[in-house]
Amino acid sequence: MTLALSGKEVGTGLEEKFPGSIVESSQDSILVKSEFLLPVATYLKDTPELDFNYLASVTAVDYYDYFEVVYHLTSLPHNHSLVLKTRCYGRDNPSLPSVVSLWRGADYQEREVYDLMGISFTGHPNLKRIFLWEGFEGHPLRRDYL
Amino acid sequence: MAIRTEPFVINMGPQHPSTHGVFRMRVTLDGEVVIDLEPVFGYLHRGIEKLVEGRTYTQIIPITDRLDYAASMSNNLAYVLAVEKLAGIPVPERAEYLRVIMAELQRIASHLLGVGSFLNDCGAFFTPFMYMWREREKIVDLFDMVCGQRLTYNYMRIGGVSHDVPDEFLVALDKFVKSMPHFIDEYDQLLAENEILLVRSKSVGILPKELAINSSASGPVLRGSG
Repeated sequence: MTLALSGKEVGTGLEEKFPGSIVESSQDSILVKSEFLLPVATYLKDTPELDFNYLASVTAVDYYDYFEVVYHLTSLPHNHSLVLKTRCYGRDNPSLPSVVSLWRGADYQEREVYDLMGISFTGHPNLKRIFLWEGFEGHPLRRDYL
Repeated sequence: MAIRTEPFVINMGPQHPSTHGVFRMRVTLDGEVVIDLEPVFGYLHRGIEKLVEGRTYTQIIPITDRLDYAASMSNNLAYVLAVEKLAGIPVPERAEYLRVIMAELQRIASHLLGVGSFLNDCGAFFTPFMYMWREREKIVDLFDMVCGQRLTYNYMRIGGVSHDVPDEFLVALDKFVKSMPHFIDEYDQLLAENEILLVRSKSVGILPKELAINSSASGPVLRGSG
């Protein structure tokens, strides 16, 4: 069974490496500031003892005051996992850096988040709707889409 | 001497004969080799997440049946496990055993359906499919006994299952479990040296291990890459 790493322990290490990057860390997950998303993700992927080579899912939650994007990471060599979260604010054009350059698997997942939640991912090679058609208005999984 | 051809773009689907989960592919071909492929999704997008926003937790269970008609039990289970984890609801031990039995039977049935239709699509029309279907039918009969449904079971409940299994279920299950290894050998004989299958699947479309991991491939696709 895959071991879920403590967000607190990994978060402490990250805070030393990237001061000010962690908003909060709990047993279940780590919440990072969005401007640190890419360096933190790169560190999680490239550090041998962490080695998160597999991105299981990218999803988003609309808390109305902000959007939270959740990354489920797994390391196949170490058989451990971690939940990484970040937030973006504003409902007109919320935006986050894309992690496609690290994990190609994020390509369709970020397109799905863009399509249904309306979050842009800067640096994504082909950010367009994935389920709905071009020209569809709105992002249906948002709380205020009725 | 190899003949050079100009690459050309062809549209496959959404009304392709292999319409299991309808989607469309814009395929760029150079002769018989696929050099680029752009998948176009959304033909089966039903907005289930939005649909369930306005429903109670128990009302969502039958909707999970319809996420994948070949894995209703597994989808039921994944959903009720999430709700139980959120709400801290315990499950009786007997129900846990029943859930595992159902999920495992569903997994076997789903694999039989998957392998059978894969061979169909490879051109081994319907003979292997019927062999697989024979055993899948027995599993579907078992599910029919426990919940009266053959496809959309709605069997799991938050905190357990809808009801206990009838007496004849365990007898039929025992018979099925004892007979299955024999049928696996039979599939192996039929397929492991099947010319159609080998020609169409061996050394075709190789996905290297590192790329498979980086692309978040999962299940049989990831295992197939080593």
